[in-house]
Amino acid sequence: MSKIDIQNLDLFYGPFQALINVNLAIEEKMITALIGPSGCGKSTLLRCLNRMNDLIDGVKITGKVLIDGENIYENGTDLVMLRKKVGMVFQRPNPFPLSIFDNIAYGPRTHGNMNQAELEDIVEKSLRHVELWDILKDKLDYSALNLSLEQQQRLCIARLVAVTPDVMLMDEPCSALDPVATSKIEELMAELKKHYTILIVTHNMQQAARVSDRTGFMLLGKLMEYGETRQVFTTPKEIKTEEYITGRYG
Amino acid sequence: MKFSSQTKQKIAFMLLGIASTIVIVPVIVIFTILIQKGLPAINWQFLTAMPRMGMRAGGIFPAIMGTLYLVSGTIVVALPLGVLAAIYLVEYARRNFLTRMIEVAIVNLAGVPSVVYGLFGMGLFVIYLKMGVSIVAGALTLAIMILPVIITSAKEALQSVPRSFREASLALGVSKWQTIRYVVLPNALPGILTGTILGISRAAGETAPILFTVAAFYLPRLPKSIFDQCMALPYHLYVLSTQVPNVSPKIQYGTALVLVGMVFLLNLVAVIVRSHIRSRKQW
Ligand SMILES: Nc1ncnc2c1ncn2[C@@H]1O[C@H](COP(=O)(O)OP(=O)(O)OP(=O)(O)O)[C@@H](O)[C@H]1O
Ligand SMILES: [Mg+2]
Repeated sequence: MSKIDIQNLDLFYGPFQALINVNLAIEEKMITALIGPSGCGKSTLLRCLNRMNDLIDGVKITGKVLIDGENIYENGTDLVMLRKKVGMVFQRPNPFPLSIFDNIAYGPRTHGNMNQAELEDIVEKSLRHVELWDILKDKLDYSALNLSLEQQQRLCIARLVAVTPDVMLMDEPCSALDPVATSKIEELMAELKKHYTILIVTHNMQQAARVSDRTGFMLLGKLMEYGETRQVFTTPKEIKTEEYITGRYG
Repeated sequence: MKFSSQTKQKIAFMLLGIASTIVIVPVIVIFTILIQKGLPAINWQFLTAMPRMGMRAGGIFPAIMGTLYLVSGTIVVALPLGVLAAIYLVEYARRNFLTRMIEVAIVNLAGVPSVVYGLFGMGLFVIYLKMGVSIVAGALTLAIMILPVIITSAKEALQSVPRSFREASLALGVSKWQTIRYVVLPNALPGILTGTILGISRAAGETAPILFTVAAFYLPRLPKSIFDQCMALPYHLYVLSTQVPNVSPKIQYGTALVLVGMVFLLNLVAVIVRSHIRSRKQW
């Protein structure tokens, strides 16, 4: 069974249909990349998986999204549980204007009553996970906003790790970073793959080719092609995919 | 006539300079006169003694305390109510006809003359709800008067908290209310304080809303409970200057100085708190 199974998903922003009958099965502990021209619905699809689209007025969604076999659009789905399980990393690093420690402790603190020792433990583990511990262990009281953008993005991932998700959704997580920082985050993703199922949206074709196991190509709200990354990049089945990958398309 | 752009700039600066001077001059003049004529009246006894001889001698202690009571009561009522209303309007209410009506109502309430609030408070609290002329009635009236200010500034403060903070929190599985409580409100606090400052200053200085709801003409003792009347500085000042013959100008100016000084002090405290919070926030 796939980790995530998207079936006949349609999404409307008011009268505008942004996703058209999307079917997609995402495998556990793999990195799946979503590529496609601007406005084709990549972010929208990603935000369907933790129901962040629910926050927008006038959104209508039909179809199913099964995560571990359960339809998250079923009535009575616990959004808190869902979002703990399916975490999200945003395009611009968005740490809270708090200390490094408080940023990471934020999730665990609000979710359960933990004592200081447990919190310290979680903070250390999470920072180790994203390879920030050695650099930051003496600076936990510093404001997270003083970190470099790359470190901020790592911190945001650590903040996610602290609530122990299964799935990580990353919406262009490197688009605010320089090439060196980007390659470091990519290394981190390869490491995170051992523990998490990762979905990444990217405009950077090389990045998709480098980091992902599976790639989906989207166009105007439809999933045009989906398969093993190597296959999609070397022998695409669809002519549109080939045009996009070779740069003949927006 | 043609000017070089430099000349134009000089003229513009001059006009701006004159404009700001015109704004500042009355403030300076008022303060100078108040301090000059009022300061000699102010001593420990003036601030802490009861008025005597029909307010022609003694101190203004009950009026100072009365104003403090009223201002505190007003904040206790208006701040939570205003902030909760703002949270509802910004975070929960859908944008529809009803919320737009509420918003229009709030803007209009801000422009209602204070004497109307005074009469409203007398009708509702003093007479209909049988609170009598009392501190509760006065504080509630003042609270309603400053609610629009607090709601409007709290709304702006909430709206200025970046969307990315909310999304980050919600995406961690934190509930909406917790997100508001732990992320949005702390970051909106400086803005909310600003509104509160403005509200407080207004509440402390207005005469009309307290005229029929709480203010005592002459009550040389402290109120025993919140259902008592009390004296208040703005009304006391009005009484001293128009209703009681042969009050020495020294006492009149002293009272005015104390009132202005109190409002000034309240503002100062809040401004310091605000800039302290602001210096810690970096986005
Ligand atoms: N809140 C919204 N209301 C209405 N339309 C929206 C909304 N969000 C997105 N859309 C529309 O839905 C379509 C898909 O948007 P989406 O953000 O998912 O694209 P994307 O593939 O992520 O693009 P990009 O690469 O630029 O991030 C676009 O046409 C966009 O204009
Ligand atoms: Mg996008």
